[in-house]
Amino acid sequence: MSVRTEEMVLNMGPQHPSTHGVLRLELTLDGEIITKVVPHIGYLHRCFEKHCEVMSYPQVIPYTDRMDYLAAMGNELGYVIGVEKLLRIQVPERVEYIRVIMAELQRIASHLVAIGTYGADIGAFTPFLYCFRDRERILNLFEITCGARLLYNYIWVGGLSHDLHPDFVRLTKEFIKEFKPNLRELNNLLTYNKIFIDRTANVGILPLETAINFGVTGPMLRASGLKWDLRKDDTYSVYNKFDFDIPIGEGKMGTVGDSWDRYYVRVLEMEESLKIIEQAIETLPDGDVTSAIPKKIKPPVGHVYSRVENPRGELGYFIISDGSTSPFRVKVRAPSFVNLQIMDELCRGHLVADVIAILGSVDIVLGEVDR
Amino acid sequence: MIYDFLNDLTGSPFIAGTITALLPLFAFILPFALFAVLLERKVAGHMQDRLGPMRVGYHGILQTVADIIKLIQKEDIIARNNDKLLFNIAPVLTFAGSYAAFAAIPFSSVFLGANIDLGIFYIIAVTGLVVAGILMAGWASNNKYSLLGAMRSAAQIISYEIPTILVVLSVVMLTGTMSLYDLSESQSSYFWNWYLLGGPEFEIQKFLLIPFMLIGFLIIYISTLAEVNRTPFDIPEAESELVSGYHTEYSGMKFAMFFLAEYANMFAVSAILVALFLGGYQSPFGYLGNLLNINWLIPLEQFFWFTFKGIFFVFVQMWLRWTLPRLRVDQLMAASWKYLIPIAFFNLLIIGIISIL
Amino acid sequence: MKSFEEIVEILKNYFSDTSIEPKSDVKFEPYIIIPPQEIDKVCLFLRDNSELYFDSLVNLSAVDDFNGQKIKDEQGNEIMQGGTMSVYYHLESIKYRHKLLLRVITERDNPVVNSVTSVWNSSNWHEREAFDLFGIKFLNHPDLRRILMPYDWEFGYPLRKDYQNPEFYQGMKVPY
Repeated sequence: MSVRTEEMVLNMGPQHPSTHGVLRLELTLDGEIITKVVPHIGYLHRCFEKHCEVMSYPQVIPYTDRMDYLAAMGNELGYVIGVEKLLRIQVPERVEYIRVIMAELQRIASHLVAIGTYGADIGAFTPFLYCFRDRERILNLFEITCGARLLYNYIWVGGLSHDLHPDFVRLTKEFIKEFKPNLRELNNLLTYNKIFIDRTANVGILPLETAINFGVTGPMLRASGLKWDLRKDDTYSVYNKFDFDIPIGEGKMGTVGDSWDRYYVRVLEMEESLKIIEQAIETLPDGDVTSAIPKKIKPPVGHVYSRVENPRGELGYFIISDGSTSPFRVKVRAPSFVNLQIMDELCRGHLVADVIAILGSVDIVLGEVDR
Repeated sequence: MIYDFLNDLTGSPFIAGTITALLPLFAFILPFALFAVLLERKVAGHMQDRLGPMRVGYHGILQTVADIIKLIQKEDIIARNNDKLLFNIAPVLTFAGSYAAFAAIPFSSVFLGANIDLGIFYIIAVTGLVVAGILMAGWASNNKYSLLGAMRSAAQIISYEIPTILVVLSVVMLTGTMSLYDLSESQSSYFWNWYLLGGPEFEIQKFLLIPFMLIGFLIIYISTLAEVNRTPFDIPEAESELVSGYHTEYSGMKFAMFFLAEYANMFAVSAILVALFLGGYQSPFGYLGNLLNINWLIPLEQFFWFTFKGIFFVFVQMWLRWTLPRLRVDQLMAASWKYLIPIAFFNLLIIGIISIL
Repeated sequence: MKSFEEIVEILKNYFSDTSIEPKSDVKFEPYIIIPPQEIDKVCLFLRDNSELYFDSLVNLSAVDDFNGQKIKDEQGNEIMQGGTMSVYYHLESIKYRHKLLLRVITERDNPVVNSVTSVWNSSNWHEREAFDLFGIKFLNHPDLRRILMPYDWEFGYPLRKDYQNPEFYQGMKVPY
């Protein structure tokens, strides 16, 4: 007698504690083993690209904040660099330095969320709150800078909305000093925890060839072993003036490109970001941050692709100008959108519990996936 | 014991039996659950650099009471496709399983529901009901997450019962009794008489036994932790994977029953540990009552020591929960079958050999 | 690292009977116009050629060029007839660090482009997005479904310039 078995379809999300928003995954299970994953997205689609076509160039900036809401500074930076390229304007040195500081602080804040929620996905809830405690201090820094804690509208075309607060440099130094031991504590609590390593090492291995073919970027690509970081490889702003390393996955606890590597690359990147911030606030030049802001933004006809290294990967803006005051077309190459495609490839053959571990290590923000 | 005392007092076995049965519930489990939930939140809060509940009463003391009142008021939702009979029985069964265990737990030399000769055997047998309840809940909910959770839970509880029983067996072999009352009594007076430290007989065997008893204690602690579905073994209700496992579909008081059963279970397994290894209700340093010649003080002191030890281990369970991540299903099974069971088995053998020396 | 002119040279040599039309007189980023039926072959060549080795498709964007004839439909809404749609491909070689921009121009009334998913998997969702929001059909795409809009959306393609919101969607009023 043969026993009839059938595959079960498990619908994970859009309301599920660890799909990081409104992602819906259609899992086909054989017992508890995944045979197929179909992601369904679009629950947060807000027509960002359509909005851009009816708004003037500066009006788009607050909308870019709302894409990757955990890395709003990075989004603004990418868009503003694109528009500045179209306009061919040179921004003052001080503006560039402040932009870099903000983008790196934002990277740390974003990675803290990624790491914290990853811990919570694996079942360790305490590191999550430790991470949020530190992130809160970064948000306080942003708050004294521009008044907002999440969606800033701070980086403008040709300049910044405000100069730094007089206390900013002192508070940032204090933050860096106190954050370093916290990072060590986090490593002891989570990174080198045996159970955590067992859950993440050798899970969801992403070989480099596959990663490049799927267009994966950011910490995911670096975890697969490629030293590829737009801050160095296609440098923008003033990143070429700072000295920092690009951490890559080494397969310390398992295979190169597993979930642990993806997690650990983020931890190391936070340290590198701290280095950049330290150098930048040491050498912060003086100047006026609003002097180069153009009165009227009306770029010539043309198209430009500007890209920055956001915490989640390469954020690209393909901006087409038809010579009017609003863009003809803005296409956003959202890193999470591209990275999420690989779920099926990574999850096949793993258990349900691993889907969570893999999804957390991909680190998506649905606001950006759906735009 | 209590039953005999009440029987003499009232002259009616029925009244005596009813009071004896209800006493642990009202005198202990409900207040304990209230206290444990608050403790859990406070422990979690302070471990996570925050304060925990602070609004209801002084430092949030009445938070759990408020929660219970809220849960009582909640609508009891039964989905159309649930198997209604099983769905309703499941929480009762789960709670009954963990509640029945309290009948044989010796809180002090006089506060003991029933002095069963097979006390420990009875507890292990009756907590097996919990598995049935969980499986029923998972199946009757007609929800895939619940079903997965229930399946995991059944597999987990059954596999972790084996190392538990092997360790229990080694203590039983050493003492020759299964009665928790006798076990507690034999570890009387001072803490070096505890079985964790080799038992009351002061001979060469005692010192040989100490390391193996420590190993046995660790094994039974880990496996009982898995039996009550606490982190790092909380996969049946793994929040981030299965929403909340077998009790996803439950609301209101039925959910509270599962909740209560979980906390009752936490104390029940701690109580077994305490009775087997840590002298039960015996004080580690002698009694104040003996010193002051007040006889009625001794049972109260015993009750204090028993709950103190029990709650300490409950606290350790919470401590672990807020520190460690969660294992995966296959790793959990591997931990039981590949490590705990062989070690427990060899431990049993060695303790057996030492005891016949 | 190859310059734009060198890449064009290599392409023209290999695809002698295909129209390879370089546009280097535009501001900012020069590009090459490729016919929509040839794009997959060109891309495969670009990826596998040992001198070029474009192993990464960075971005794929569809654009409604909106350059046809404006007419009024029955309801008096302005719609576009004729004209073209474009698909831009940003390629990059991680090994040689050179970049390339390709452009495909297709008819707006019946936009059909060959899919490059078999060359780069990363184009899968980008092409689905272009299909979803512009209605460009990608031939040989493994899974061409809507991606951002609801699966039962039947009111046109939102990113086209002459798109009109429907009054109701599943009984819900759309303009608020």
